[in-house]
Amino acid sequence: MMLNTEPNIAAPDDFYEALIDLHRDLTPEQSAAVNARLILLLANHIGDAEVLAQAMARAKSGI
Amino acid sequence: MADVDYQALVLPYRRSADQDSTEPARHRVVVVGAGPIGLTMAIDLAQRGIAVLVLDDDDRLSNGSRAICFSKRALEIWDRLGCGRRMVDKGVRWNTGRVFFGEAEVYNFDLLPETGHGLPAFINLQQYYCEGYLLERAEDFPGIEIRWRNKVTGIDARPDGARLTVDTPDGPYDVEADWVIAADGSRSPLRAMMGLEAKGRVFKDRFLIADVRMTADFPSERWFWFDPPFHPNQSVLLHRQPDNVWRIDFQLGWDADPVAERQPERVLPRVRALLGPEAQFELEWCSVYTFACQRMERFRHGRVLFAGDAAHGVSPFGARGANSGVQDTDNLAWKLALVLGGRAPEGLIDSYGIEREYAADENILNSTRATDFITPKTGVSRVFRDAVLDLARDCPFARRLVNSGRLSVPATLHGSPLNTPDIDDFAGLMVPGAVCADAPVLRDGQPGWFLQGLGDDFTLLCFDHGPADALVVGRDLIDAEGLLARRYDARPGTCYLLRPDQHVAARWRRHDPDLVRAALARATGHP
Repeated sequence: MMLNTEPNIAAPDDFYEALIDLHRDLTPEQSAAVNARLILLLANHIGDAEVLAQAMARAKSGI
Repeated sequence: MADVDYQALVLPYRRSADQDSTEPARHRVVVVGAGPIGLTMAIDLAQRGIAVLVLDDDDRLSNGSRAICFSKRALEIWDRLGCGRRMVDKGVRWNTGRVFFGEAEVYNFDLLPETGHGLPAFINLQQYYCEGYLLERAEDFPGIEIRWRNKVTGIDARPDGARLTVDTPDGPYDVEADWVIAADGSRSPLRAMMGLEAKGRVFKDRFLIADVRMTADFPSERWFWFDPPFHPNQSVLLHRQPDNVWRIDFQLGWDADPVAERQPERVLPRVRALLGPEAQFELEWCSVYTFACQRMERFRHGRVLFAGDAAHGVSPFGARGANSGVQDTDNLAWKLALVLGGRAPEGLIDSYGIEREYAADENILNSTRATDFITPKTGVSRVFRDAVLDLARDCPFARRLVNSGRLSVPATLHGSPLNTPDIDDFAGLMVPGAVCADAPVLRDGQPGWFLQGLGDDFTLLCFDHGPADALVVGRDLIDAEGLLARRYDARPGTCYLLRPDQHVAARWRRHDPDLVRAALARATGHP
């Protein structure tokens, strides 16, 4: 399976706002914990090793 | 019968005739090191009719409980060698592991949820009992000679064997061997004498082992804490041993002073913090250790063969040290016996290195991953580790990510040159290279276990019908619960060629003597 980088979220502005709201009033340490949990939950939901590998590679590119 | 105090046993040095001989005496096999690996090697060879000389630099068995966790596979090997049941009877059986994060339990697991195996998933037993029982078993064989306080100080390796220089209380002497087994531990003097090394990762962390004797009502389970309130930011492991002894393992961090941390005034408060103010206990043994995950590039160097910690080292999380060393000897003994008996070419010994180096890599990979989880090396790995532990409370997927040591299971020797690849269709785990699964069987109407009846040689296992020299299920034994057929994905006519070390060499849907002959030739290193 290929990593889907085409639009896939029905209401992108709503999602983005929810993501930012998730971190409101959190310390940087708390935000890091929330992000780590979120990554793990989403990674398990995706499950496909190939897709996860592509996502990790894209996330790191340019850094 | 009261237990022998194996830690107090002094094994006397005796002068041997070899020390007075003008020319060095020659032995077929010399094993260096009378620890669990060296003793197991000697017993396996002697049981195959090969005389063995064992040299040990000390005159005592293990001091302290050390390796306490013995796996089903090691017990199966010792059962074949006639001392596994005794260890099981003395040992503490446990199947349940619990993982705590902070104050709360996040989940628990069952190591052997499947029934129908002769031996337990694990027992806990002090290393001195293990060694004591092995030593007493070794004494059953006139072909085993153990020389205590015989320290090997030099080796001259040659194409047809080696000459060893041995130091004793009476001074040095030389002895020759066709084959040398180096089972002389993680700091292997033989390895150093031959200019060889074990390479890998050294972990910058220190751990304190405290064995305490107490009567407590903790169950026989493995409890692992990440970041508990009584030992913040570090991990702690609690395990039960026989004789009301409990093993507590405290992670200390790299900056801890290994000498100071060993002192009772430092150890006792740590134990007290875990057990509570009312607990009555006494300190039995303690030790501070570091560890490395490393192995020698090759385990075979001509006629010198490295086994156990001398060949490979792992972290203690996962019980992969002694357990994998015993599997080294299980792999090597039958091969060496065949070569010494002229039934296999010397090249068969190369497969010892190939197979056990592969198994060591698997152990090191598992051990390294567990260590990285237990002792995160960076801030972000700590954040992910804690996120996994948090999610493990209510998300089953995260429990699969928690790694407090993936407990030792034997390697399936995929790709071994001794395997005959499948030509028929099979399902299940019993692929060529796999360790044989056990199952309950009836022999002469008596209940027993499949592995117990396999013996020390190759076995042709046939289901329903097969030749006279095969072990035929339905004729020679009864598959009482149908588990044997299920675990081997067998139908009438299915046959398996099993190696002397209880690994699958080949399998077919119907018996063909030519294919069996070819597979046997391949599994014994014939080109």
